[in-house]
Amino acid sequence: MRNRPTAYGLTFALPLLVWQVVFFVLPLAFLVALSFFTVRNFRVLPDLNPGNWGVILWRQVFWQAYGVTWLLSATGSLIASVLAFPCAFGIALKLSANSRRWAVFLMVIPFFTSYLVRAYAWQVFLSDTGIINGLLAWTGLGPYALLNTPGAILVGYLTLSLPLVILLQVFSLTYVDRSLIEAAHNLRAGRLRTVFEVIIPSARVGLVIAALFAFILCFGDFVSPVYLGGGHPTTLSILITDTTKSGQQWPRAAVIALMMIGTLLATAFAAVHFAYRGARR
Amino acid sequence: MSPNRDPNRSALIDTALRVWIILCFVFVFAPIAASFVFSFNSDRFPTIPLGHFTTDWYRLVVADPLVWSGLWNTLKVAGAVGVLATVLGFGAAYTDHRHDFFGKQAYLALALLPPTIPAVILGLAMLAYLSRLTLSGSAVSVIIAHVVICAPFAMALIRLRLSQMDAALEPAAWNLGATEWGAMRHVILPFCAPAILAALFITMAVSSDEFAVAWFVSGLNETLPVKVLGFLQGQVSPRINVIGSFVFVVSIGLVIAAQLLMAGRGARPYEE
Repeated sequence: MRNRPTAYGLTFALPLLVWQVVFFVLPLAFLVALSFFTVRNFRVLPDLNPGNWGVILWRQVFWQAYGVTWLLSATGSLIASVLAFPCAFGIALKLSANSRRWAVFLMVIPFFTSYLVRAYAWQVFLSDTGIINGLLAWTGLGPYALLNTPGAILVGYLTLSLPLVILLQVFSLTYVDRSLIEAAHNLRAGRLRTVFEVIIPSARVGLVIAALFAFILCFGDFVSPVYLGGGHPTTLSILITDTTKSGQQWPRAAVIALMMIGTLLATAFAAVHFAYRGARR
Repeated sequence: MSPNRDPNRSALIDTALRVWIILCFVFVFAPIAASFVFSFNSDRFPTIPLGHFTTDWYRLVVADPLVWSGLWNTLKVAGAVGVLATVLGFGAAYTDHRHDFFGKQAYLALALLPPTIPAVILGLAMLAYLSRLTLSGSAVSVIIAHVVICAPFAMALIRLRLSQMDAALEPAAWNLGATEWGAMRHVILPFCAPAILAALFITMAVSSDEFAVAWFVSGLNETLPVKVLGFLQGQVSPRINVIGSFVFVVSIGLVIAAQLLMAGRGARPYEE
């Protein structure tokens, strides 16, 4: 229905619009202004000072953190996608409808448990005297340094992203046209060939979106890098929290935040472009 | 041809897939289950073999006034966020259901985008912006930020419910002489009631778990998850497991209540 705005219609449409413009769009836009402000005597003063951008962008620490964050998040997203695929494939195409509902319900539960508490539990698993090294000790191995390594960061990233990736993959695989799969089998395509040439291309958009969400989650996460990675290597999220919380350097933190937003937007556009170009072929 | 002889199904591959599914669930649930177990375990640094059963950590938590003030802040914030986010989300869902207008794509993007922005970025933006408005460091600022994040969840749930409604129902009410407000009160709202309650519960659960944005803007009015962040930074303590187990039970209770509401008797597409 396309009609002129009425008082009745606006009563429902406007509150959310106003709220999200005032408390979501404006704060993000304010980041741009903030990145040109000056800090004097621990006070943030309005200014048109491009120095913050210079300070951040000429620093090697920033680019190092940038590269590390990008690489770790991309690796995390790739591992999550690869590990999730057989799981989602089984849930979507092999399980009965009833088991599938249960599997999906169980995978929703992690979203309502504290990520902090799960990260802390991983600390207990991975620490030098922890559960895993305790188990290894029985077999005479170890102890290995598992905590405070990039591997531990990836475990945290997987904890964060695997449930979401599995759910999104299950949804996209559920909508793959079954008759396509049967046609492939009738044409004597082998199992693997069916998976790679029929199922993955038809579910491509969903699979790429799932990987993209995993990347976004990992890219902004500061819990894994701090509490499982021990702060080394430094990621952009650590750089932001440190700059904001200890240094009062909000304008510089704003520069880092804007660089992150730019990267995420570019990655999202590239991923969506890749997903749909492949889908239309 | 019996199903077992189907050349496209192999028992071996099916079993392997099932084992893989179970392994994935084990990985996802290992930390959740472990924090439950550790919360009753006597060791400060749990390892294998486990220490003995104890409820000491629970007693420590119950005796800690900081935890109670955090819990009180969490409940205050979650309650306000739940109501506000559900009201805003309902308005947006109804708008999307009912109207078609110029810029609707942008409206929907604005309504659904906030949860995809990393919390550190949103936290910094909120902190800087709200302190310009001299609102930062109060429970109000946490409420404002959490409504931004939670309203999309409420909208999605209620929109789902509205899409199950017969589109002719509302015009039928108008034809029978109901005003727009009358139709809203007697047709739309009763139909959406289960989804509205579900949205209330889910948004409260999301808010009571959120720690990153709350950490940036809360100042002295820390919610419970922000306190947990503090515990993590300080000494290692199984109290985190106790609080985690408690919050888990509460949020799962809310989620199951929401699930029952969305799938229960009152949620049928058409009621006789």
